Order: sequence, then structure tokens, then C-alpha cells
Amino acid sequence: MSTETSLQPTAALPSRWARFRDSYLLYSFRRDLIAQVSLAVFIAFVACAVLAPWLAPMNPYDLAQIDILASELPPFWIDGSDPAYLLGTDAQGRDLLSTILYGARVSLIIGFGAVALQALLGVVFGLLAGYLGGRIDAFLMRLADIQLSFSTLMVAIVVGALVKAIFGGATFSAYAVPLLVLIIGLAEWPQYARTVRASVLAEKGKEYVDAARTMGLPSRRIMFRHILPNTLSPIFVISTVQVANAIISEAALSFLGLGMPETHPSLGSLIKSGFDYIQSGSWWITLIPGAVLVVLVLVINLLGDWLRDVLNPRLYKG
Amino acid sequence: MSLLEVNHLDVRFALRRGDVKALRDVSFSLDRGERLGIVGESGAGKSVAAFTLLNLIARPGYIAGGSIRFDGQELTGMSDRALRRIRGNRISMIFQDPMMTLNPVLSIGEQMVECLKAHRRIGRREARAIALRKLEQVHIPSPEARLDQYPHELSGGMRQRVIIAIALLLDPDIIIADEPTTALDVTIQAEIMDLLLELCEKHNVGLILITHDLGVVSQVTQRMLVMYAGRVIEQGPTRDIINDPQHPYTQGLMNALPQMATPGSRLNQIPGSMPSLDNLPSGCAFHPRCGFVTRPDGSERTACRTQVPGFVASGNCQAACHMVAEMLERERLPAEETTR
Amino acid sequence: MIAFLIKRLFHALLVMFVISIIAFSIQDNLGDPIQQMVGQSVPESEREALREELGLNDPFLVQYLRFARNAAQLDFGYSYIFNEPTTEVVLRHLPATLELVAATTLLIVLLSVPIGVYSAIKPRALLSRFFMGVSIVGISIPVFLTAIVLIQLFAIGVTWSPFPADTGWGSWLNGLLSTEGGMPAYGRGDPVHVFGTWYTNFASLDGLVYLVLPAISLASIMLPLFIRLIRAEMLEVLQSEYVKFARAKGIRLRRIYFLHALKNTMLPVITVGGVQIGTLVAYTILTETVFQWPGMGLMFLNAINRSDIPLIVTYLMIVGLIFVITNTLVDLIYGLVNPTVKLTGKPA
Repeated sequence: MSTETSLQPTAALPSRWARFRDSYLLYSFRRDLIAQVSLAVFIAFVACAVLAPWLAPMNPYDLAQIDILASELPPFWIDGSDPAYLLGTDAQGRDLLSTILYGARVSLIIGFGAVALQALLGVVFGLLAGYLGGRIDAFLMRLADIQLSFSTLMVAIVVGALVKAIFGGATFSAYAVPLLVLIIGLAEWPQYARTVRASVLAEKGKEYVDAARTMGLPSRRIMFRHILPNTLSPIFVISTVQVANAIISEAALSFLGLGMPETHPSLGSLIKSGFDYIQSGSWWITLIPGAVLVVLVLVINLLGDWLRDVLNPRLYKG
Repeated sequence: MSLLEVNHLDVRFALRRGDVKALRDVSFSLDRGERLGIVGESGAGKSVAAFTLLNLIARPGYIAGGSIRFDGQELTGMSDRALRRIRGNRISMIFQDPMMTLNPVLSIGEQMVECLKAHRRIGRREARAIALRKLEQVHIPSPEARLDQYPHELSGGMRQRVIIAIALLLDPDIIIADEPTTALDVTIQAEIMDLLLELCEKHNVGLILITHDLGVVSQVTQRMLVMYAGRVIEQGPTRDIINDPQHPYTQGLMNALPQMATPGSRLNQIPGSMPSLDNLPSGCAFHPRCGFVTRPDGSERTACRTQVPGFVASGNCQAACHMVAEMLERERLPAEETTR
Repeated sequence: MIAFLIKRLFHALLVMFVISIIAFSIQDNLGDPIQQMVGQSVPESEREALREELGLNDPFLVQYLRFARNAAQLDFGYSYIFNEPTTEVVLRHLPATLELVAATTLLIVLLSVPIGVYSAIKPRALLSRFFMGVSIVGISIPVFLTAIVLIQLFAIGVTWSPFPADTGWGSWLNGLLSTEGGMPAYGRGDPVHVFGTWYTNFASLDGLVYLVLPAISLASIMLPLFIRLIRAEMLEVLQSEYVKFARAKGIRLRRIYFLHALKNTMLPVITVGGVQIGTLVAYTILTETVFQWPGMGLMFLNAINRSDIPLIVTYLMIVGLIFVITNTLVDLIYGLVNPTVKLTGKPA
């Protein structure tokens, strides 16, 4: 019951509403072990990614530190391992633990960057479409429909392929991080736009918006100061899921060779470079980064699930 | 013995913070062909009572005690299989909102035929013929065409007629109607109520009418119960209660009717609102809103705050009120046993 | 009905128009046919002449119309890699992808409906919780990783012996933890010829064995998604008034679950399913890459890596066409299942 009340905020008292919601969030967080563990793991991930240069035993970007003779060493629990390389080494002799730490850093940067971009595009387009309606709405939503029916991954692959063709492989590799943020951001904005539009349409019918309009407030002010705050909880919920999606998309692009280069690997490109060695028995080069990727995405998804249960917004389906 | 006898029914909802008592000590009976009204504000437990009769209360709700005897059979604790044979067959229900009650993806005919086939060995064609006859009885224009239509093609009033037809399909002994006209347009409400009354009289069907509308109850029913916070607080012949309500709450309900107010003055609302079921006041649940806790001489009836009142008979009616009990006792001096 | 079809057809044409504009812009800006035709040594003047002759200096609109006319006849030029008409290349790779998608769809439909319905009917049951737990893990594993893990487990095999192998129970437990391997995980084996360019994996046991790992991989991300969707929708429908009314009518629970509730549950599921077909095709690129499955996805990736622009454009147009056709079909099915969709308009 109390979740419902938290969804019917009074526009007049945003701070009180925020405080109430926060307290309920906190309350349900304290009762949910899975959410607590997920958040702890996620924070650990972020900390490792931020502190990678200090935590990692080696700098995988520094060619001078790489010993090619130490390639394809297994992790510590398998015979023939070298204690200097806790999780073994990859085919180029890079310490796997270090490359994973740096790789997780790259994956998280791209994931958050891409979501920030999608959110910006999606919120602006969604607000415009929902609030202004008419032709702008029809055009934007048709565009979103087409893009979604092609699936975001497909769009990302095509855009990625084109960007690579335009800039050429070398330039693409050099600017891979911002380009991937751009590609994934452009591919996935429709999710946000549709969610925002749906909640704008729901909010628009409510009396406080009418009241604001009767008072003669300008549209921009009504949109950003009155409607946007009330669409925050669905945005919040899909943001977590979208970070997970963006990380998976980046990994998929890298796996296809349209993402991070092997010299500057993300988790996805680590999996890709290791895949070639799986037949020769060096499974760890691909499966350990894979496991790390899965855990990262899983905890974000679990947090998203928990948030959705708590905030319980009616998300736009499809 | 009556057709339906409900005795000391207790219904609770098992919530995480503990049980909430939705119905407490509810007893009533219904004879064949009799029409009974259950009246109260929303949240008084009327709908819970209706759903409990067919054991249709949803998960956290359960019957904690008491009995429901229908035609000699005990319904509480009956297996779902056996109950299913009674539901829709001997006791049927009419829901509040006709826009939500019919399945949007099944045709009207399908929803009628399945009900017949669930209870009788009957062919499809025969079932359709019965369905058609029932649609005629509820005065639906061009009933033949309606059978193949879908709910969204019908107006709210039409849908409620269809639902009444479904309720009548198997010639039940009792129809439970839960606020059957509340969701309808005011202009259609009277039509639907008249139809329901006409059909019940014609086919000698018992009716349990759940409503907050005292006007409807007085027109349709012969006996009535007034419920407050999960308890029955007054019961008796409808006419007697309407003409001379005993319980202060019933009096308050009567006074709150617009026709009781002096033109130009405010409506006589009962002060305060009904307590939530998980936080009931001690003693009589109505006492915080009641104007009779204090006697005319200024002394207080402490029993109102400490003791749950039992029923006392006043004329043909029974009311659960300490004030009424005290008045009756004073009238009948020297002391005479009051019914508990 | 006819108005509905016309409307859908118009929408489909609009989408194809947008796709063709995109495809044409790609070809116009990235593909330089002259370079491919004559190589580096030819002098600039000759190139210019050839350019003029091929109409590459014509205005954008004229060139687009030519492109569209050719596209309508499925003529997109020659592939650089294969040196044959691109349409033939794509059509040759089409059956492998379609069969993979068909096998995957079958898996998803056959498993998601019963599991989703079960976990909605018995939300507290241990098995339901297990399904929900597995499905969130499933959603979190990228398709290509599932594929790699499957290859490691069932194609290469895993021998793991943490327990003493010389005792009976020890070797039994080791056996449980180890997998045999030996499943085919490369290409599609020896498919049986049906007609034209269509070879099928469905006609022989050997062919089916080759389908197993790729189909499971491809289903691995979509199946949990649908299980969760069906469960959520069904839970909501089971709370509805009409389900309560059906219970009050004395209808059997089985009929209530599988007719009253399921039919309403399937409406949003069909809509989402239509959208997910696109995702499924996108994931074929990943799955086919891992398993070297000779379908359109693998072909497309090769085309990208070798900048075969005409082949990329053809792939986009044909995949676009497939999306448009399937989406229109899904809309039609939705209209047939949902009576509130007037044959002429939108859902009420």
C-alpha cells in the first residue's frame, strides 16, 4: 500500500516526498539481503575499476612490462601456474588479473557514459513528444518504433560498422571509448524516450499540470520543473537495467571486433581474444573475464529488479 | 431452517505485521426467495462478507471461524471441487463494475455457454439456446446478435444486463449482488435495479444486496443488516430500521441522506471517519464518533469504551449498542433479562 | 479488414522507404565502385569518365530513384568478396539463419509459456523461485558467452576431479562434475538439400545435432525474458475482476488459467514478441560468429570486416524486409487474438 502512496507525490511538497521515498527505499533495502549483497558487489566493482592502476600488479597497456614467454599460464589453482600471475596470463603474456581490472574499468566507463547519453537524448525527446504531442510526437515515436523493431543491438552493430568504415580501423581504435559511448547512446535512446513519454502522458492529465498551465507558466518550465520530477522513478528504474544493457552491448560489439581494440581491452574484447585459445585448452583467458562480466551485469540487474519492486512504476512495455 | 445460515463468521487477512480482522462475529440468515440488504460505508466488510460466502476471498484472507450453512451443507472447509459446483450454479454473483467483470477477449456467448457447461452435461447448441432465453429475460435488444459480440461492443448498462443474465443462467437459489449499480450512470441505475428486483420476484430467487445506498435497500429488500468496522451493528426488517433506526450509527446514516437535510443547510454528516481495521478503538468501534457516549446528565457510559456491545432486541430489530440496551432496561424496570 | 491491411501496408512501405534511404546513403558515401572496378593505376580522367557513364555524378534524387528501382528488383550490384550478385549471396545464406531462428523460436515458445504460467499460478513454489532465479542469471549472460560456455562444456568437455578418483563415490562425483564433450560446435554439418539454395538441418538426426548448441545459445537470453514477461502479465491478469467473476461462475481452474487468463496474458506478449524478432536476428550475428554457422549473420560480419559495402547494403535491405513482414504478421495476429482491435483502427 505504502508504495502506492509514494507514487502519488504532491507536486507542492517535493522535498517531503523525496524524504518519504528515501526512507521507504532505505527500509526495504534493509530487509532485502539480495539487494544488499548486489550493492556491495557493485560498489566493489566500481572501487576496483577506479583504483585499477594502483591495484593491478601490472599495467597491461605498457608493452615493456609484458613477457611474451609467460603467455597462456593457467590460474593459481591449476598445475603449471606462476604465483606472479594470480589468474594466469593471456596469449600475449599479459597478467589476466590486471587486464580484467583495467577491462572492467573500460566496460564501466562506456556503460555509464552510454547511459548518460541515452538518458539525455531519451528524456529530452520523450518530454517533447509527450508534452507537445502532434507531429513531433508522431515523428519521434515512429523513429523510436523503427529503431526498436530493428533492436538496439542491431542498430549499434550497423552504426558501429559504419563509424568504423568512415574513420578507418586505426582512428576507430584510438577513439574507441567516446565512439562506443556515442554508438550505444544513439542506439538505445528509444527505451528512455518511450518510458518518459508514457509517464508524461499520464502526468499531463493530472490537475497540477492544468493548474500550472492556467497560471500561464511557460511550457519549458512546466516540462522540466513540474512534469520531469514526477517521471523520475521510472527513469531511475530503467537506468539500472540500461547500464547492464549498455555493458552487454559494448561487450557484444567488442566481441564482434567493432569495439575496444585488444591493446586497450574491455571485458568483451578480452573474451573475444581468449576465444581463439579455447580449443587449445586455455579456457581461462576467455571464461574468467566472462565470469567477471556476468557477475557485474547480474548484480546491476538484481539491483534493477529490487528497485522496480520498490518503486513499482508502470513501465512502458515493448 | 433457513436456506442460508451464517453464524459467528470470522474472516481475517494474514498480513506481515499480523492478522487483520475483516469480519467479526457476523451472523445472518436468508430464506428462500427472501431479499436481504447489507449496508455500510466502504471498508465496513460488506464485500468481504459477499466473497466469503463462496469462499472467494483472495490469498491473505481466510475464514478464521464460524459457519456458513447452505441448504444443509457446510460451506466453510468444503473442498474447492464441491464449492465449484455451488458457485454460479446454486449461488451466483453480480460484481460491481460491469466494465471489468466480463473477459474482454471472449465473446458474450462463450462466457455464457461455458458457465452452463461447467455445471450441466449439455450440448453447445442447447446451451446457446438457454443463453439466448436469458438474454431475452434481461430485455437486451437483438439478443441473438449479442451472443457473438465482445464485451467492448456493449455499453456499461448492457454489460450489467449480460452479467445478470449470466447470474440467472442456472436458475440459482441465491444471487449475491455487490454494489450492482454503483459503477453505472445514474439514469441507468434505477433500470438495472428494477430489472434485478423483477427477476428475483418472478423466479423466487433469494437476493443478498450489498450497497451503501439506503434508498435502494429500502426499495428492494425485506430485511437488512448494517455493518460497521467488520461487525453487524443493527439488523431487522428493512422498513422498521429505515423508519426507526436504533443504533446511533444507523441514525447517522439516515440523517446524512440529502433528503433529511434542511434545504440550504449543510448535510448532516457523521463526524470523523471509519477506523482502519488494523487499528480499531476499544469497546464499541463506533464510540469515538458517537454522540451518545455521554448521557444527557453529563455522566459517561464507560461500557462504550471498554466493552464490545452485544445485540439487544428492540421491537423487530436488534441493535448492538450500550445506549440502546440501557434505554430498554430503563423502560422494562423492574429488571428483565435482555437478550444477549 | 481491408482498411486494416491497407494501413499496415502503408506503414510497412514507409519503414522500407526509411531503410532504403539509410542503405542508399551508406552506398552513396562509403562505396566507391570505381575503386573496386579499376583499381589504383587508372588515371583520374578515365575514372571521371567512368563515373559519368555510371551516373555517379547525377543528382542525389536521380541516383536514389535508380537505387530504389533496382532494389525493387532485388538488384543491389556485385559483392566484392564473392564476385557475384549480392542478392544471390544473401539468399544462399538465408536458410541457415532462418532455420536457426526457427529452432530457437520453437524452444522459446515451448518452454516460456508453461514455465511462465506455472510460476504465475504458484508464485511461492520452490520451483517458481528457482525458475525466476535462473532467468535473471540467464538475462545477465551475453549470448556469445553462453555459446562459449556451451562449447567448453559440451564440445570440448570438462574433466574435473576434486574428489579422490580411486574411491567409488569419488569417481562418481567427479563424473557428475565432468562433461563428455563431443557435441558439434562448428558449422552446420551436412544439411540435406531441399531445393534451390535451401539446405535443411531439420531433415536428419545429424543435422539436428548440429542445431542444438547454437539454438540453445540463441534462446538463452530471450527465453528468460519471455518467462519473466509472461509471469508478470499473468500475475496481473489473475488479479483482475473477470478472473474473479469466472471463479464465481464455477468455472474449472484449468479453464480459467489456460483460457481466460492466458489469452489476455498473450496480448502484450505477442506485441513484445514482435519487437524481439529484431533482437533475435541481431543475436544471430553473435551466435553464428561463435559457431561459424554459415548464415547471414556471419556473412554480414565478414562483409563488415572486409568493407563489402554492396553486401552490407543488401543485408540491411533484406533484413529490413524480413522485420517489416514479421512485424506486420505479428500485428495481424494481435488483431485476430484481440477482439477490441477494430479491424480498422487502434486498440480501444
